[in-house]
Amino acid sequence: MIKMKTSKIIFNSLFYNIKPIFSGHYIAIAGLIGFLFFLLIALLAPWIAPQNPYDLMVLDIMDGLLPPLSKLGNGTTAWLGTDALGRDILSAVMYGLRLSLFVAFVAVTAGTSIGVLLGLLAAIKGGWVEIVIMRAVDLKVSFPGILLALMMLAIFGTGVDKIIYALIIGVWASKARLTRSAALSEMQKEYIDAARISGIPNWRIMLRFLLPNSIAPVLVVAPMALSGAIGAEATLSFLGVGVPITEPSLGLLIANGNDYILSGKWWISIIPGLVLVSLVLCINVVADRIREYNNPYLKSQDQ
Amino acid sequence: MIKYILKRLWQSGILALIMSIIVFLGMYVIGDPVEMLADDDWSEEDKIELSIELGLDKPLHEQYLNFAGDIVKGDFGTSFVYNRPVLDLIIERLPATLEIALLAMVIGLGIGIPLGIYSGIKGSSWGPRIISFFTTIGYSTPNFWQAILLILVFAVFLQWLPASGRGLTNPMFGIEWSLLSIDGLQHMALPAINLAIYKICMQSRLSRSGTQEILYQEYMIFARAKGITRSRIIRRHLLRNILIPIVTITGLEIGGLIAFSTVTETVFAWPGIGKLLLESIHMADRPVVVAYLILITLMFVFINFIVDVLYAFLDPRIRYQK
Repeated sequence: MIKMKTSKIIFNSLFYNIKPIFSGHYIAIAGLIGFLFFLLIALLAPWIAPQNPYDLMVLDIMDGLLPPLSKLGNGTTAWLGTDALGRDILSAVMYGLRLSLFVAFVAVTAGTSIGVLLGLLAAIKGGWVEIVIMRAVDLKVSFPGILLALMMLAIFGTGVDKIIYALIIGVWASKARLTRSAALSEMQKEYIDAARISGIPNWRIMLRFLLPNSIAPVLVVAPMALSGAIGAEATLSFLGVGVPITEPSLGLLIANGNDYILSGKWWISIIPGLVLVSLVLCINVVADRIREYNNPYLKSQDQ
Repeated sequence: MIKYILKRLWQSGILALIMSIIVFLGMYVIGDPVEMLADDDWSEEDKIELSIELGLDKPLHEQYLNFAGDIVKGDFGTSFVYNRPVLDLIIERLPATLEIALLAMVIGLGIGIPLGIYSGIKGSSWGPRIISFFTTIGYSTPNFWQAILLILVFAVFLQWLPASGRGLTNPMFGIEWSLLSIDGLQHMALPAINLAIYKICMQSRLSRSGTQEILYQEYMIFARAKGITRSRIIRRHLLRNILIPIVTITGLEIGGLIAFSTVTETVFAWPGIGKLLLESIHMADRPVVVAYLILITLMFVFINFIVDVLYAFLDPRIRYQK
């Protein structure tokens, strides 16, 4: 008997296909490289950023609103200019990227996990468990994500943790639906019957057999969920109901700069905006390619 | 068909009930209205008196029934900030939101669907590639960011179009519409385009994949084999079949547009209900937030109901399900 850990199976299904997905698709490769670049910057921000934008002590109001390539009071160069508080835009963007990616990653991972587990539960339990879960999914899916997020933030107030909850609410439902239908068709197969007859308990069948075999559709749309979450967080922060003003994400940086855009100080808003759009674009290009690769209708045309 | 409609109606009622309970629990149980209304110098007795006045001493289900009863009577309370009935405030601002949402919808469908069908039929030649390039950029760009760029280009640099406000309005049926004046239309242009860009991109991608899937169905191959002309195949067989997903999405998207107009309205200072909601969240004007959420929920339930019925009308397979 082949012994393989569940995590290993999932890992394989994630990376086994990387070569055929990307080979020859240069736009998708560029997207992947771009995304990894942004990810690296986000991870290394505290070490490579010229300034700690959260530390108000290092900011000098005399350095405020300087255009890109200006010299700061302490002799360093602000390559991308400064904002009204004299904060170096390059550093702010690096930290903002870090926060935006962190929030989106946590929300998508948590939301997807919850969705997958609920989907599996609905498939394997059936009965009223399934009805309750799937009705909740219907309920969620019939409202636009932004509205539910605004509702949540209006009720619970704002903050990094609150926005993560709001984004999780946006993610889980479609994942539960996808997993349930994949799991239902998996359950028709003989190995599940075999497992049941061998007396393996339900929870073990669910995690050991159903999970790795019905997670593929969710993984295919995961990159899309990630870019969606990044966009949603940016939008909510831009509207002032997202992250707190002391820890600006990309969306909040854009909002801060928005007040200066009419007076010609474009860099405060435009630079974080370009970074945000490039990031989302990179992820979407990769996501599109992964979806295309997994869609039999589109594939038949492609090759 | 009637049985189907009744069933949907019943489900819509349940949906509305559940959402109203969620909003009620969220707004009245998690937050404390007394703390928000009370001034700092109020004594404990004053606060207790106020909570009795607001009916907060009663059991939860009774509070909910009062809340729901008031809604049914059309009484959403009075805004803390404007000191006017909330319903009046919302109704006053609704036309502004509706008109840009509808204009955006028309632009989005009118441009998006033809682009998508064209891309679907042409496969992977240059035209569709260019379209797909732009639609990918379009839907990857957050709405508020597009809005800022639109203002920067068309209002600041080129100075062709105004960046904020509704402009002149003209009355029809006793309601003021920007649609009916040249100045109003100029003011509408940027917000409507802003809302429409995302619609164009989504609609074009949806119709493209819809077209591609249908092109390989057996009835399409059969139609071609029968020698039916290309234009007739497109009109009779293709368009009708891609209509089904488009109707569903469009229905839901009307609601989505109204929800998303919060963003557009905020950036363009367009005085609709979305801007009202955000201002009310910022100023903790609870009655307005509650009323907005309840009304928009009802609207969604209604739209979903209509979409389901239309869907069954277009696709007999759904109608005849048990």
